[in-house]
Parts: sequence; structure tokens; C-alpha cells
Amino acid sequence: MENIKHFLGNFFVTGEPMIYMADVAIVLVSLGIIFVLTYFKKWKWLWKEWLTTVDAKKIGIMYIIAALLMLFRGGVDALLMRTQLALPNLHFLDSQHYNEIFTTHGTIMILFMAMPFIIGLFNIAVPLQIGARDVAFPFLNAVSFWLFFAGAMLFNLSFVIGGSPDAGWTSYTPLAGKELDPGVGENYYLLGLQIAGIGTLATGVNFFTTIIKMRAPGMSLMKMPMFTWSVLVTSVIIMFAFPVLTVALAMLTIDRLFDAHFFTVAAGGQPMQWANLFWIWGHPEVYIVILPAFGVFSEVIATFSRKKLFGYHAMVFSMVAISVLGFITWVHHFFTMGAGPGVNSFFSLSTMLIAIPTGVKVFNWLFTLNKGKIQFTTAMLWALAFIPNFLIGGLTGVMLAVAPADYQYHNSYFLISHFHYVLIGGTVFAAFAGLTYWWPKMFGHILNERLGKWAFWVFMISFNVCFLPMYLVGLLGMTRRMYTYPAGLGWTSLNLIETIGAFGMGLGFIIMVYNIYWSARYGERDTTGDPWDGRTLEWATTSPAPEYNFAHIPTIQQVDDFYYMKKEGRQKEISKAPYKPIHMPNNSGVPIIMAVFFFIGGFGLVFEWIWMGILGGIGVLACMLYRSFETHDHHYIPVDEIERTEREAGRFS
Amino acid sequence: MKKIGLKLFAALTLLLVALTGCAADNQNVLNPQGPVARTQFHLIVWSFVLMAIVVLGVFIIFVVVLVKNGKKNNPNYDPEDDGNVKLEITWTVIPIIIVILLAIPTVKTTYDLEKPPKTAEAKTPMTIVVTSADWKWIFRYPEQNIETVNYVTIPADRPIKFELQAKGAMNSFWVPSLGGQAYTMPNMQMSLWLQADHPGDYIGRGANFTGKGFAHMQFNVIAKSDKDFNKWVQHVKSTAPRLTEEKYNEILKPGTVGRMTFSSTPKDDGADLDMSGMDMGGMHHGKH
Ligand code: HEM
Ligand SMILES: [Cu+2]
Repeated sequence: MENIKHFLGNFFVTGEPMIYMADVAIVLVSLGIIFVLTYFKKWKWLWKEWLTTVDAKKIGIMYIIAALLMLFRGGVDALLMRTQLALPNLHFLDSQHYNEIFTTHGTIMILFMAMPFIIGLFNIAVPLQIGARDVAFPFLNAVSFWLFFAGAMLFNLSFVIGGSPDAGWTSYTPLAGKELDPGVGENYYLLGLQIAGIGTLATGVNFFTTIIKMRAPGMSLMKMPMFTWSVLVTSVIIMFAFPVLTVALAMLTIDRLFDAHFFTVAAGGQPMQWANLFWIWGHPEVYIVILPAFGVFSEVIATFSRKKLFGYHAMVFSMVAISVLGFITWVHHFFTMGAGPGVNSFFSLSTMLIAIPTGVKVFNWLFTLNKGKIQFTTAMLWALAFIPNFLIGGLTGVMLAVAPADYQYHNSYFLISHFHYVLIGGTVFAAFAGLTYWWPKMFGHILNERLGKWAFWVFMISFNVCFLPMYLVGLLGMTRRMYTYPAGLGWTSLNLIETIGAFGMGLGFIIMVYNIYWSARYGERDTTGDPWDGRTLEWATTSPAPEYNFAHIPTIQQVDDFYYMKKEGRQKEISKAPYKPIHMPNNSGVPIIMAVFFFIGGFGLVFEWIWMGILGGIGVLACMLYRSFETHDHHYIPVDEIERTEREAGRFS
Repeated sequence: MKKIGLKLFAALTLLLVALTGCAADNQNVLNPQGPVARTQFHLIVWSFVLMAIVVLGVFIIFVVVLVKNGKKNNPNYDPEDDGNVKLEITWTVIPIIIVILLAIPTVKTTYDLEKPPKTAEAKTPMTIVVTSADWKWIFRYPEQNIETVNYVTIPADRPIKFELQAKGAMNSFWVPSLGGQAYTMPNMQMSLWLQADHPGDYIGRGANFTGKGFAHMQFNVIAKSDKDFNKWVQHVKSTAPRLTEEKYNEILKPGTVGRMTFSSTPKDDGADLDMSGMDMGGMHHGKH
């Protein structure tokens, strides 16, 4: 009896009123969802239309819903941290709790918010932009999504079962080793990221193949939309960078679970090697989340300047240059580890070099605006705000690249501010811009512009109120990851301002969510499929696009061909009868079931219940085996169904 | 150029600091109190000036472009305007020049900081071994045979070679007024040169996260004139208790402690502590 009590006391996170409240909320929300689904008899619909889908458009929507949920979770973490730091010596959170929160905040924001958000946009826009019917491997695409989802859920479970990781999103050894960090928290980090990471790797392979092999006839690489280009380059980075993460996570898992010594000081391990491996993945990772953002801005700025993108070739070339340079800068994350002046000089230079192609891109955006007819829509506002905000983040990044100066910025709030300026001013602004821009394509209605602009201004201004003072407080010696600080160091007023800004960002997010609700009910419906008078192929089909995307795959003549199609009246050919049956992949329940087994196996390994890990592994293998023998994996959409769909959209001709 | 930038920057920071109330000036990157911090400060100012030029340029273009082309019926509207070789060369060359202007002093300073800072008279450097433990700082004076915890007394205007190491998690030794940080690691020793211009009390802090007690890893660097420093050493020698091995191991246990002073260092305590006084040449674990 005592044993069981003891086990349960450790198994469930206890002793924190906030966590009990969360427990209750989770149970209530789950019951609510189950009730609603049962009451409205929606289980079958959910399973058939969503959980088993292999349609990239729907997978993209699921990615983005998950990303928004994770943005909420990470944002609540951020507000908790900012509340604790509002004034000196507060006791809102204790040290352990704060450490867990900044760890989950960072990890969730990068891996379970930024990544799925941009991958969601890949899924929504890329197949349409290149005139394809789906991605190259639709089944694998569903596997990717469900692995991400299983990883994210496993990671979030740590909040209520077993305890959260607490060694930072960088999880540096030896701190993250078993000796200094016993308990299951770090195991959650390792296995959650491992499972999601495998999914991401598959996404890289999938989109690389899709873009290389499935473009519409006539669309040579240099005629692709810039967003698609950014996804192509990003996919290559994913394929080279993520295996490093996989290996590093596996090594640390083996250290923790099976007492190996890759990263322990004892028995000749090399704790510093973790930092090395982590950042060999980690720096390319920041380009994985920023290059697609560049792609989104290129689309939005060109569309709402009503103009071609300026310097197309330079844009492509600079992205390729950034992706290559991105692999030789990782040491700038530990200039202070004593690699010697030669090494530090090299990595200072390689990092500064990245500023050149990035600068080229900024000027190209500015000159896309020039001689344009600028429309200040919500999506455009996010894109415009990106330029000055990202500039500040990028230039402080160049300051950080100056190795001897970095000795003074490193690990301080100066650094925190820098990367939030690039991550929020770059990736998050792009996520919001892309969401607003492609929302009609996803759901068939337009987000309210008035609410959207309110959300934009509140969020953007609050963002600067929150993060600009951090540069200064960093120079005044405040280090990151402090759960509290003494009074009298000149930090207090700055911290208070930051906290006010943080809550302002929360308010901006709430307006955005309200806008989603409002627009779903009352928003303007998009019957044209082309609400922004767009330039690329995703606007050539209905909103939302039919399962098969295009009745006929168009032939492409130039960059922004849809713009010229409209001018020359060629766009009608896409939906012109007669039709031919269209070959499409079948839905499959295997990906989600496989992810459940990954989750079970991962959960077992977190608690070092090896039998459960093996059980999960067997389940995964069984799913693969089953899939290998599945022959019934595609179907044809008959002509009359295409006719009906096109007629309903008013496009039949 | 550099001079004007410096003044401008100083004025700007003063303004900001005034705005934010009283910043402690003994823990401020922008108010350097030693040659290392000053070198780094100059580099920071130089990079800031270069970046400010870029910011100014881009912001001006940004605003002009928006104002000019944000009108309903822009007379200059040209949907086919998609490139200009001259312009594109210009904005490739300008960043290259800026990077060169920044890279040269960067590399030079990176190498300079490996050497001890120069003093007015050529004074012999002094070595202090720094150990970060969970969660306190332990300072050992191999020449004086003294050990202190959570504060370190140094002679002003004399180069100090801090030999850095860690027990437990990796930390980072940072005294913003005197100079930038370097990691303390459990399996590799590093050295960091710092020097204080004047006697004073400077705040230092562990900068790399080490778990529960991390936020409390604040320490003081107390710089004294040569005379006062020697007096302090004599005082410690005659009044402070000896540091036994048991006591030392007790200090190493995870937890926070106050300031402590000892008139000796524990004798046979593990190899890595005993190496501290010697020339480190061939004995480093790992690369340098
Ligand atoms: C509401 C907006 C946000 C606020 C107020 C906020 C605030 C903070 C604060 C105060 C810290 C420092 C914690 C500490 O060192 O003690 C932090 C860390 C971090 N944030 Fe955010 N953040 C926000 C959004 C984001 C977003 C959107 C991302 C990524 C896309 C992000 C990524 C990170 C990362 C990676 C860390 C480092 C975590 C670590 O030290 O392990 N944050 N954030
Ligand atoms: Cu980096």
C-alpha cells in the first residue's frame, strides 16, 4: 500500500496548486470534447475526414491547429516567467518550477510551435503552388504529422505525469546527465524530440522529392514561386541537419537509460561534445524556421505591392548561400568554451558572412515595394513589420558574431532579446502573415481585416515593449535563466516594462483567436478562389481547393504565371471539360496507429520500463509490415464527381 | 569616426540608464573598469556604430518607399520592374565592406585577449584558480595559499590569470565591469585574463545555467591597491581558519553558502586541483 502511494506520488506531479488546476482543466476539456463528438455523432467524421487523411491540405490544417495550441501553451509559460520576473525577489514561482517552465517554453516554441507552423504552411501552399495533386509521399506525410503530434503530446505529458525537463531547451550535459538530473523530465525531452524529429526528417525528404519531381509542366526551378524555393532549400537543410539531432538525442538517451558514458565526465566521456552536436543541428535549425518565413514574406510583399518580386535570381542565390553558410557557424554558440583564437575568428567571420546574403534579401524586398501599388492588408502589415524588427534582430546577431564582444553578451538577456527579435519578428510574424494570407485557401472565408489589424498593432508594439529593454538589462549584467534577481542592480524598472509588454502580446494573441472565431461565423466568404488577386497557382483553384487540387494540371510559361494567365484569359483552361479520372491515394489509419505505438514505446522508455519500450517498438514494426503488404492504396476520382465538384464551384465550362 | 561614435554611444547609454533609474555601475558592460572590458567595450561601440548606419539607411529607405508607393494611385507604378544590376551590385558590396570593417578588429582583438593586459609598469601577473561548484564560487590563491568562497580579492592594476574549472555542472565566470566571460568546465581547464584599473567592488555572476541554485551564484571581485592587498593576505593568514579536506568536501555539496575565507588550501585533493599552480602546458584535458 505504502509502495503504491509512493509510486503514485512520484508518477503524478503533486504539491502544486497550479498543476492540480491544470489536471482538472485537462480532464474537463477532454470530457467536453468526447461529449461533443458523441452528442453530434462526429466520431466517424473525425476518423474518416481528418485522423486518417493523407491529403496535404488537411494535414496542413492539423499542423497549424496543433501549432496554435502549442503557441498558447508556450505563451502561458512565457507569461508565468514574466510574472515571476516583474519585480525582484518574487515568490510566484520557485526555482525548480521556473527552470521547468523556461525549458518547456523554449523547447515547445521552437520544436512544437515554430516547426509545425511552417510545416503546416508547406503542406497548404507547396503542392498547390507547383500545380501538384498532393505531395510525393502522402502516406509518409501523414506519418510525419502523427509522429510530430505524438512527440508533442509525450513532451507535454511531463507537465502532469512524472515532472517536466529542467535543463533548458539546449539540455547541456553534464547538467542534463543522470547524475545531476535524475528523474524522468529529461527523458521526456529526449524521447519527445526524438519521435517528432523523425517525423520532421521525413517531411524534409517528402518536400524535397515533391518539389523536384512533381512540378507542373513548364515550371523549371527558376520559375517556381519564392515560397516553394524556400521550402526546397529548407528541405535540404532538414535532411542534413536532423540526423545529427537524432544521433545526439540517441546518445544522451543511451547515457541516461543504459549508463553509457558518451557525455559523462566519468569514464572518459566528453560532456562538451553535446554542445557541439546540439548546435551542429541547432544553428541550421534556426535557418529551417527562418527561410520559409522569408518565402512567405516574398509572396505577401509581391502580391500586395501588385508587382513582380525584385531580384528573383539574387533571392534564390542568397537563400542557397545562407543554407550553406548556416552549416559552418555553429561554434558561435560557444565562443566562450575556449576553442582558441583561430577557431573563434573563423566562426566569427563565417557568421558575419551570412549578413551579406541576408542584406541582399532585405534590399530586394524594399525594392519590390518600390514602384508598387502597396495595399496595407493585415498580411502585408505583418510582412512590412518584419523588415525593421528582423533587421534589429539580425544586426544584433552580427554584434554577437564579434567573438570578443560576445564574451560580454553571451548567456545574458542581450542574447535572449536577439533571438526573440529574429524568431518572433521573423518566424512568428511570417506564421501570422501566412495564416492570414492563405486562410481563405484553407477555409473558404477571409479573416476580418479590422480585427486582424488590431491584433497586429497590439502584438507588434507590445513585442517591442517586451523585448527592447532586454538588450539593455543584458548589458547591465542580467543573465538568462535566473528565476529571481536582487533589487538595487538597476534591473527592476526594465523588467517591469518587459512584463507589461509580454501581457500586451498575450492580448494581441487573444484578439487573433477572437478574430478566428468571429470570421468563421460572420467572415466574408471567398467564392472566387482568388481573394487577393494573387500571382501564383494556389489562387487558380477554388477556396478551399478540391481534393484533387486542379481538374487539369496547368502548363507554366513564366514566373508568376497565374498573373499572366488572368491577363491572357488562360486560367479557364484549368477547369475546362472534358475531364479524365484522377488518381489519388487512399486514406489510411496506419499512420495514427503507428504514432500511438511510438507514443507508448516512448512513454515506456521515459520511465525506463524497457518491456513497454519493446512493446511499442513491436507495434511500430507491425504497422510497417502491414503497410508493406497493403495493395489497396489508391483510387480514381471518377469524371462525374469532378464535373459535379467543378459545377458547384461555378467553374464548369 | 570611432571617437564621435563613442561619445554618441556613451551619451545614448547614459540617457537610457538615466531613464531606467540607477543602474549599478559596478556591473555594467557599458561602463568598463579594466583594460579587457574596455577593449571589448570599444569593439561593441564600433560594431554598434556600423549597425546604426545600416539601421538608419534601411529605415530611411523603408519609410520613403512606403510613403511614396502607399498612395492609392501611384504614378510610378510599374508591375514589371523586377531587377536592376547596378543597384543589386551596390547592396551586395556595401554589406561586404561593412563586414570587412567589422572583421578586422574582431580578429585582432580575439588574438589580443589571449595575452595578459598591459599595465603601466610591467607587473608580474598573478594566478587565481576559480572553481564553480553547485552553487558557489571557490577561489584559490596558489601563490598565497589562501582559499575564499563567493568573493575574491585581487590587487588592482595587475593582470590576473583566472584558471577556470568546475565541479559538477558547467558554469561561466562573468564579471561584466572587468571583462567578458569564459566557461568553467569539469574536464577541461581554461584561463581568462582580467584586470581592474582601480580599487573597487565589482559584481560577478555565474552566467551558464547550473540548476536549482543558479540564480544565487553571485560573487564579488574586490580590487585593492597592492599595499592593501598584501595587508589582506597577512590578515587572512593570521586570522582565518585552515581549510581541511572534510570542510572542502562539505562546501562542494550542492547548496548555497555565504562568504568564507581560509588560510590554507586542502592538500591532497584530487589531481585537477593540485595542478593549478604549475605550468599547464601539456596537462590540459581536452583541446584548448
Ligand atoms: C509571448 C511571447 C514571448 C515571451 C514573452 C517570451 C519570453 C521569454 C523569456 C523571458 C525567456 C527567458 C527565460 C529565461 O532565460 O529565464 C525566453 C526564453 C526562450 N524563448 Fe521566449 N518568449 C516569447 C516567445 C517565444 C517564441 C515565439 C519563441 C520561438 C519561436 C521563443 C523561444 C525561446 C527560447 C528558445 C528560449 C530559451 C529557453 C532556454 O533558455 O532554454 N520564445 N522567452
Ligand atoms: Cu547559431
